[in-house]
Amino acid sequence: MRRAELVTALLMAALSIYLMVKSAELPIGWVPDEGPGGGSFPFWLSAAMLLSCLWILYNWYRRTSPPSQSDEPFMDSYAARSFALAGGGVTAMIALVHVVGMYGAVPLFLIFYIRFLGRHSWTTTVSIAVGATVGAFFFFDVALRIVLPKGYLEPLFIPLYSIFL
Amino acid sequence: MEILGLLGNGFLVAFEPLNLGLIIFGVTVGLFIGAMPGLGSVNGVAILLPMTFLVPPASAMIFLAAIYYGAMYGGAISSIMLGIPGASTAVATTFDGRPLALQGKADTALVVAATASFIGGTVSILLFTGFAPALAHIALDFGDPEIFALMLLAFATFVGLSGDDIPKTIFSICIGLVFSAVGLDIMSGEPRLVFMNITGFMHGINFLVLAIGVYGIGEMLWTIEVTRGETQMSKATISLRRIVGHFGEMMRIWKSWTLGSFLGFFVGILPAAGATPGSLMAYGVAKMTAKNPRDFGKGEPAGVAAPEAANNAASTGSMLPMLTLGIPGSPTTAILLGGMVIWGLVPGPRLFIDETVFVWSLIASLYAANLFAFLINVAFVPVFLWMLKMPFTILAPTIFVLSLIGGYAPTQDMHDVWLMLIFGVGAYMLRKLDYPLAPAVLAIVLGPIAEPKMRQSLLISGGDFSVFFTRPIAGPITIIAIILILLPVFQLIRRKIKESRQAG
Repeated sequence: MRRAELVTALLMAALSIYLMVKSAELPIGWVPDEGPGGGSFPFWLSAAMLLSCLWILYNWYRRTSPPSQSDEPFMDSYAARSFALAGGGVTAMIALVHVVGMYGAVPLFLIFYIRFLGRHSWTTTVSIAVGATVGAFFFFDVALRIVLPKGYLEPLFIPLYSIFL
Repeated sequence: MEILGLLGNGFLVAFEPLNLGLIIFGVTVGLFIGAMPGLGSVNGVAILLPMTFLVPPASAMIFLAAIYYGAMYGGAISSIMLGIPGASTAVATTFDGRPLALQGKADTALVVAATASFIGGTVSILLFTGFAPALAHIALDFGDPEIFALMLLAFATFVGLSGDDIPKTIFSICIGLVFSAVGLDIMSGEPRLVFMNITGFMHGINFLVLAIGVYGIGEMLWTIEVTRGETQMSKATISLRRIVGHFGEMMRIWKSWTLGSFLGFFVGILPAAGATPGSLMAYGVAKMTAKNPRDFGKGEPAGVAAPEAANNAASTGSMLPMLTLGIPGSPTTAILLGGMVIWGLVPGPRLFIDETVFVWSLIASLYAANLFAFLINVAFVPVFLWMLKMPFTILAPTIFVLSLIGGYAPTQDMHDVWLMLIFGVGAYMLRKLDYPLAPAVLAIVLGPIAEPKMRQSLLISGGDFSVFFTRPIAGPITIIAIILILLPVFQLIRRKIKESRQAG
């Protein structure tokens, strides 16, 4: 925990500096007849972020905040494993949306999670995966007319479009 | 009298078939969300907001408010049956609810929780109906400096009252405000903070991207880690005769739920406080003022009634500043406020004049939602108990999928989905290190309102910051805000003096 606290505070301080530099692309001071420049609001807030990061670092140095006293690991093996599987699964699902679209990625992710991580029966797995996908199609594409991305599966949907849209 | 007329019209709208259906559906969904460990009203409202584009804005708002209400009832179910709070707002309910369940009196706890929630809800909506129009009327005179001062006050309550690590709270507020500034600068029209020149940042960072990232993906990652292993569910015997008997019990402990209702409402109004500290405070005060404080924690029904009345009252309380001033009283109402902006409703005191029908139908729907949440809760307890057995390995992927689709739907841009994933993972990491995240969500909603108010105020005053101090209303608000920010510093100094005295 103690090391994670330090690393995070340093990273966030770096982010604050980046945000300050980026805000300074617009005027950060007073623009005559226009009031404060476009960059002033984010610039001074990023500066405040940087100051609070320095304060967090100071607390880390004095060991006053709970994470800076803790010797527990930031992530034990269980946490790391579940984070890798769940977080990795979601990342893979979002990446797959670009390839096979929402209606390909969603059932694949549900099958992966429910069957292979949850060890539920194939009946449960398939009914949820299919139900969620069909439900989403009728809710978003048909009822809301929010066309979810289809990726390379687009041609398969053309007959459905002609029926429902 | 005028209020009754407006409220009557509100009821006519709230009882239209579509809206009534949405209220019943909303409280049912809310009860379920509240009962599931790891999901609370804020998660439900954030993840389901994009799904409400299907219905008109007023109905969408009624539905989301019903979820908010239902979740406050539902939180008690898992607090009592599993001993783990279904939402952070129901933490205090576990103190006496779980011991009652272990003694085989789960039904007492469940009925007391539902009844106390109903009373807390009703008292707070009555208070709300009385206070809201008056407050909105006063607020009509507020100019830009006043509104900005109020927002400053909202953020100051987080620093002064939330009890979280102070530099981390300030960091969270600032990062939310900076993210809200991404996109086109409204006043000059120039693009700003377009990171790495990715065009997706040109349209700004939608508050839902951050909210779903934090409360959908981040929350699930967190819950997966925290709820390792299986939980043990208590048995409940429920029969009509026993339920009727419990109402007698309610009369005995009237003091606890009266106290909880009023305390909860007023604590709920404060942006940093809300339902979780409100219910904890109500529990503490109920214990302090009880004749039998020793029984608390060992299965005293009053220890269930006080926090449950308080968390429902607080959820209504947090809507008061949202509807009258345009300043949310809780993370959930922050998301509702963001939703109002999407639907083209301008939050602030003028809402009561410009959108009379919307406001009053929402208030009327709260009365209805409260009643239905109570009825559905008591009538379908066995169903909710059965659903609590739903394995987390089915719930979690469903929430991830809803987050993915919910992150895509508002802007229909995959850029936002990736950003949501980054926010979710970041939120999970930061949460492990005690960074509070609610202030960031509040900030990204309020940022686009706060910034122009500040710039216009400064433009009027010619760059003189004294504008926030010298005006009759803005002045005192700003000063209170500054005192709140400095409150922890005062406490630190007092402690230091005490320590040095003891040492000397």
